[in-house]
Amino acid sequence: MPTRSRRAHPWPVRGKTALLAAFLVALHILLLCAGFVAPYDPTHQNRELPYAPPTRLHFVDSSGFHLRPFIYGWIADDDGYREDQTHAYPLRAFVRGDSYSFPGLGETNLHLFGVDDPGKILLVGMDAFGRDEFSRVVCGGQISVAAGIVATAVTLAVGSIVGVIAGYYGGWMDETLMGATELFLSLPWLYLLLGVRAFLPLHVSPARTFLLLTCVIGLIGWARPARLVRGIVLSARTRNYVAAAHSFGGSDFYLLRRHILPEASGVLLTQAALLVPRYIAAEVALSFFGLGVNEPVPSWGNMLTALQQYSVLISYGWLLAPVAALFVTSVTYYLLADALHSRLESREV
Amino acid sequence: MKSIGRLSLLVCLLAGMCAAGTSFAGAPTPVAPGKTEELERLPDVAGHYGGYLTIGQRAEPKTLNPVTESDSASREVIGRLNADLIEINRAWQKTEPALAKSWKTSADGRTFTLHLRKGIRFSDGNPFDADDVIFSFAVYMDKAVDSPQRDLLIIDGKPMTVTKVDAYTVRFTLPSPYAAAERIFDGFPILPKHLLEKPYREGKFAQTWSLNTRASEIAGLGPFRLKQSTPGQQIVLERNPYYWRVDRDNHRLPYLDAVVFLAVGSEDAQVLRFEAGETDVINRLSSENYNLLAKERAKAGSQLADLGPSLEYNFVVFNLNDLSGKKLDGVARKQAWFRDLKFRQAVNAAVDRDGIVRLVYGTRGTPLWGNVGPGNKLWVNQSIPHPKQSVDAARQLLKSAGFSWNKSGQLLDASGQAVEFTIITSSSNAQRMKMATLLQDDLSHLGMQVHVVPLEFRAVIGRVFETFDYDAAIMGLGGGDADPNPEMNVWMSNGTSHLWNLGEKEPATDWEREIDQLMQQQMVTLDYAKRKKMYDRVQQLIADNLPFIFLATPNILAGADARVGNFKPAVLDPYTLWNADELYIRNTGTENAGVR
Repeated sequence: MPTRSRRAHPWPVRGKTALLAAFLVALHILLLCAGFVAPYDPTHQNRELPYAPPTRLHFVDSSGFHLRPFIYGWIADDDGYREDQTHAYPLRAFVRGDSYSFPGLGETNLHLFGVDDPGKILLVGMDAFGRDEFSRVVCGGQISVAAGIVATAVTLAVGSIVGVIAGYYGGWMDETLMGATELFLSLPWLYLLLGVRAFLPLHVSPARTFLLLTCVIGLIGWARPARLVRGIVLSARTRNYVAAAHSFGGSDFYLLRRHILPEASGVLLTQAALLVPRYIAAEVALSFFGLGVNEPVPSWGNMLTALQQYSVLISYGWLLAPVAALFVTSVTYYLLADALHSRLESREV
Repeated sequence: MKSIGRLSLLVCLLAGMCAAGTSFAGAPTPVAPGKTEELERLPDVAGHYGGYLTIGQRAEPKTLNPVTESDSASREVIGRLNADLIEINRAWQKTEPALAKSWKTSADGRTFTLHLRKGIRFSDGNPFDADDVIFSFAVYMDKAVDSPQRDLLIIDGKPMTVTKVDAYTVRFTLPSPYAAAERIFDGFPILPKHLLEKPYREGKFAQTWSLNTRASEIAGLGPFRLKQSTPGQQIVLERNPYYWRVDRDNHRLPYLDAVVFLAVGSEDAQVLRFEAGETDVINRLSSENYNLLAKERAKAGSQLADLGPSLEYNFVVFNLNDLSGKKLDGVARKQAWFRDLKFRQAVNAAVDRDGIVRLVYGTRGTPLWGNVGPGNKLWVNQSIPHPKQSVDAARQLLKSAGFSWNKSGQLLDASGQAVEFTIITSSSNAQRMKMATLLQDDLSHLGMQVHVVPLEFRAVIGRVFETFDYDAAIMGLGGGDADPNPEMNVWMSNGTSHLWNLGEKEPATDWEREIDQLMQQQMVTLDYAKRKKMYDRVQQLIADNLPFIFLATPNILAGADARVGNFKPAVLDPYTLWNADELYIRNTGTENAGVR
C-alpha cells in the first residue's frame, strides 16, 4: 500500500518535497526575470514571418565544425519557409536588444541570449503575427502564474473564514453559510461572467484587469475549500482535547488558533498546490470572454485562444508551447501537493 | 421466451438504425414531362439520376417558413424547397426567368407584367397559378406577419401593388420607378395558397412550417421537398418529382435523390466532417482551413475553388453618433478626434492592408479602400486611389490637425489629452480579432494607445446599434447582391445600418446629404451607365470622407467532393447550393448503392 510505504520512509518524502519546491522556486525566478530570459519583446510583430517554425541550431557549415552554434534566417516560399543559408547568425550570450523593465531595476535592454540583427533566434517559432512564441510564453507566464497564486490566496482566505465560522459555530450560521456554498457551486458561472462583463467599462487597465481576474477566479472557487475546512473544524471541535481546553476557559479565538486551525493547515497547503494550476487554467476561459488580459500583452490564456481554430491547432504545433508550460507547472504543483499530503500523513503517524 | 424477446428488440433497434441512415431510400421518381407543362430547359446541363448529398451546417436552421426566416442556415434549406418568380443566376449575376417564364417592363419603369409557367405543380402535386403569387405577396406585405423582406417591397414609403391579370399573368405596379426592380423577386419564394391560406386567415402564419411540422404539410416549387426533419440533428430533403426544370435531354431535374443537412455546430466541425468524407459540399471556408484541405485532400482529388474577392467589406467604424441625452461623456470627449476628417485620414493612411491580407487571409483576400471591392466588377469605381501604408503621411496629417507627441512618443490632442481609445470586435470571429490586433500595432506607430476588446457578438451589436457605448468597432457588411440597392440602408442617412451615425433625422453633413440624393436618384434611374456614374460618385464621397476605414475582403472559398458533378460555386450567397437542381453524383459506387 502506498500510504504504508510513505509512512515507513519519511525522509525520502521530505527530500522529494524539497526538490519539487526548489524546482518551483527556480521556475518562478525564471518567470520573474522573463524580460531578461526572453530574446525579444513579446509584442513586437514581424509581419513577414507569420507562423515561422522554430529555427534549427547548426554546428556544421561548408567551412566545417563550429563550437559556437549558429542559425540561418527563414525565407517564406510557396510551401511555407526555407532556410536562407547565405548568411549565418552565431548564437551569443548577454546581447543587447529590445528594452524591457526589470522589476526594481528599471529599464534595460540586456538579454540572456540572442543573435545579431536581422537574424531571429526562434526557440519555439512565431505566432500568427510573427511574434516570438518563446518570449511570449516566458512573459505570459508572469501574468498567468501570478494570477493563479493570488487567486488561490483569495480563495483560501475566503474559504477558510467561511468554513471555520460554519464549522465552529454551527446552527443557523452553518446552515446559512453552507446554503450559500451550495448556491455558489451550482451557479453557471460562465454565463454569470458574461453578465458581469456587460456592466464593466469597455477598457479596463492591465492592473485592474489583473485584480479583477484574480478576484473573480478566487471568489468563484471559495465554496469547495470552505466545505473541506468546515468538515475538519467540525470534527476537531468535538475532540476531547478541544473540549478540555474549552472547559479550562480557552476563548474561541485561542481554541481556533491553537487547536483547530493547525488541523486544517495541511489541507489548506495541499489545496493551495492543487488550486494554483487549476486557476492558471481558469485564466484561459476568462481571456476568451474578454475578462482576461487582452492583446497584445501575452498570457498563457490569451495565447491559447489561437488554438481554438482547428487548422491552427494541427498545422502549427509550436503554438502549443503555453500548454507545455502549463503542463510542467501544473504537474510540479500537483506532485508537490501529493508530497505535502504524504508528509502530513507521515507526521500524523 | 425472454431471449427471443431480446433478440426481436435487437432486430427492431438495428432496423430502426438502418432506417435512420437511409430513411430517404425510395425517393420519388421524377414524373415524365407533360405536354401541357411549360418547363424550363437548361440546354447546357447534363448528368444522371441517383445518390444523395450531405451538407454540414454551422448552425441549425431556425425555421422552414420562407416569410419569417432571418438566418442563413434556414435560408440554405428553404432555398432548396422553394422557387422565386425571377432568379439571379449566381454564375452570371444576372436575372433569368424562373416561375415567371417572361416579363415586360413598362416604358416608365413602374409596371412589371409577369407571365407565369403554365401546368406546373407544387411538390405535393397541386397546381400553381397567379392566385399563389397574389397570396404570397399579400403575406410578405402584411405588417402583422412582420417579414424581414417586407422593406424591399416598400418603395418611397409606399407598398407596391400586385394584381391578377389572368390565371397565369400578374402585374406589379411600383409607386415610383425602381432600378433593377426585377432583382427584387429573387428572395421571395412563392407559397402554396392551398396549404397556407387557412393558418394565415387564422393569424397563425408565424407558427407554421417550423422544424416540427409534418412533411406532408409543407410544399414548394423548389427542386426538393421535405422528407424528414429531426430537430437538433438533420433535415432530409427528397426529390420534388414535379420540379419545373429539365436538362438538355428533357430529363426532369433534380438529379439527386436527396439532400441531407446536418447541424454540425461550427466551421471547424464542418471542415472535420468534410475532411473525413462525411459531407460532400462546404462553403465560406477560412483561408487557413482552405489551405489545410488543399493539402489534406490533394490526394483525394476533391474540388476546391478560390472564387476571388467576395462582396463583403470589413472596416473600422468610429462612433460619430449623436450622444446628447446619453451618459457617455467619455465617448463624447473622444468624438472630437473621431469627427476630425484628418484624424480618420491618418488612421486610414496607417493601416497596413497588405499585412492584413497576408496575416489574416493568408493571401486569399484583397485589400479594400472603398465599399465596393474588385469582386463586384459591374459597380466598382476604379478611380478610387489605393495608397500604400505611410506612417509619415499619417503623422503629417495629425500634425496639421493640431495633434502633437510627448517625450515618450504618445499622441496628444490640442488640449494635451493623450489619444487613447478602444476597438470592440466579435470574439467569435477570429479573422476580425486578428485585424484588430494588427490595427492596434499599426496605430501604436502613430502614438495612439488602442485597446482591443473582444466581446460576444450580440454584445457588439447591442453597443453599436442600441447603446452607442463604444469608441470604434471592427465589423463587416455586404455579401448579398452586387446591385447598389441593397446598400441603401447603409448609406442613406436614415438607414438602419448607417452605422457611424444611426437615426439621423437630417443628414449631419453635406457629403451625407449628397450621398442621400445620389442613392435615391440611382434607385429610380433605369439606365445602367447613369446609375454607375452616380454610384461612382457615392463611392468617391465615401472614400474621401471615410465614415468607415475599409480594410480587406476575403476570397470566397468553397469545396466539394470529387464525386459531385456540375459543381459551380459562385461569389453570391448561397455560394455552392444555388444550382442544387443540377448537381449529381458522378459514380454511384458502393457508398450510394443502397440509396436507390
